[in-house]
Amino acid sequence: MTRRNELAPAASVDPMLPTPFRIARRTAETADTFTLELVPAGIACLFGFTPGQFNMLYVFGVGEAAISLCGDPAKPESLFHTVRAVGTVTKAMSELEPGATLGVRGPFGNGWPLAEAEGKDVLLVAGGIGLAPLRGALRWLLAHRQKYGVIALLYGARTPDDIIYRRDLEPLQRSCELILGITVDHPNPDWRGKVGVVTKLIAPVPFESSNTIAMICGPEVMMRFSARELQLRGIPDERIYLSIERNMRCAVGFCGHCQFGPDFICRDGPVFRYDRVRSWLNIPEL
Amino acid sequence: MNTMDTAIATHPFTRGINPRYLHLLTKGATYERFGADQPIFQETFDADRFYLIHSGHVALHTFIPGRGVTTIETLGGGDALGWSWMFAPYRWHFSATAADPTEAVALCARTLRDEMEENRDFGYWMAMRVSGVLLERLQMIRVRMLEMYDPPE
Repeated sequence: MTRRNELAPAASVDPMLPTPFRIARRTAETADTFTLELVPAGIACLFGFTPGQFNMLYVFGVGEAAISLCGDPAKPESLFHTVRAVGTVTKAMSELEPGATLGVRGPFGNGWPLAEAEGKDVLLVAGGIGLAPLRGALRWLLAHRQKYGVIALLYGARTPDDIIYRRDLEPLQRSCELILGITVDHPNPDWRGKVGVVTKLIAPVPFESSNTIAMICGPEVMMRFSARELQLRGIPDERIYLSIERNMRCAVGFCGHCQFGPDFICRDGPVFRYDRVRSWLNIPEL
Repeated sequence: MNTMDTAIATHPFTRGINPRYLHLLTKGATYERFGADQPIFQETFDADRFYLIHSGHVALHTFIPGRGVTTIETLGGGDALGWSWMFAPYRWHFSATAADPTEAVALCARTLRDEMEENRDFGYWMAMRVSGVLLERLQMIRVRMLEMYDPPE
């Protein structure tokens, strides 16, 4: 993959050795989702990364989990990770308070094709907590706004209470720099926004399909339907990118836990071109 | 062409339409503007219009005792609104309200039904188009039923 670390230097330390980081801040996003800001617990260091990459976060005595980097790539002083407490490790992580120490390995994997997207319209399609891996990409796009055409962020969540990054999204709703579409599956009585699946947000965006690149992140079924809708709108498979999630352990392509067809998600992904993975996405055994 | 004719001819619902059918759609049609929160039609009332939304957003909703008015889906510019006009007893199954200032062409349901009966080619075209809308909505409802945002156990 040519995109690997094109915007940031790779980690030079032993990739299996966690570096201690301290939790500087914990921000609740939803009832079960939170964002951690991590700073080096020892010697200060810059932690460059490419949006779309991930770290292995180690809760000492419990285990590791692969979590996407969701901060601003231009501000590598702190690491930001948004986590949903669903498993043993992430539930333990949710109980850590500011000041606690985590082990960090990374950054791993490739990133979003931000250089390739220059000069093109860019669609970011996110579902649920899948907005987190796209957050850094969005920040990059807006920081280099003049290099891109239409930029649209299309975001679907289960309910209004499940929308993450409200503090980021609210000012963006008034921004003329991008088109922001948000929809929920199940509204509450106070919801005044759109109701329906995220794919419904694609058609109204005035993109030029022959010069558009799409980046999708969310539950796999949502990505499949989104990719199909983008195909219908004329975007070729080779300009649709998905971030795939599997059970990652070593993060460097040794252990094989995250094998997906001929690829390892950790080493060859997590961002894949749709034409490379589309045939694997419909195989339940994978 | 006036505003309404242009709105009909350029709406995604009529994409690729045989030009001979356009005047059948415009018979009895009106161009309507709705303010935010203005009702468009109401559940159980006569389904006497078929709307082609030009701009704005419309909330389809129903009333659930104990939960109040619940939005089922929102539709926007480029969408077709309502299919109850096509099937007896021609009464709306849900209510629709403009969520934002909305502009839409309101086609006359009775005229459409008569023309579909009279002109079977047009009737077939119309039935296929409405079926396409139904299929799209059905698929979206199925996707929503998957509760795809729920985390794996």
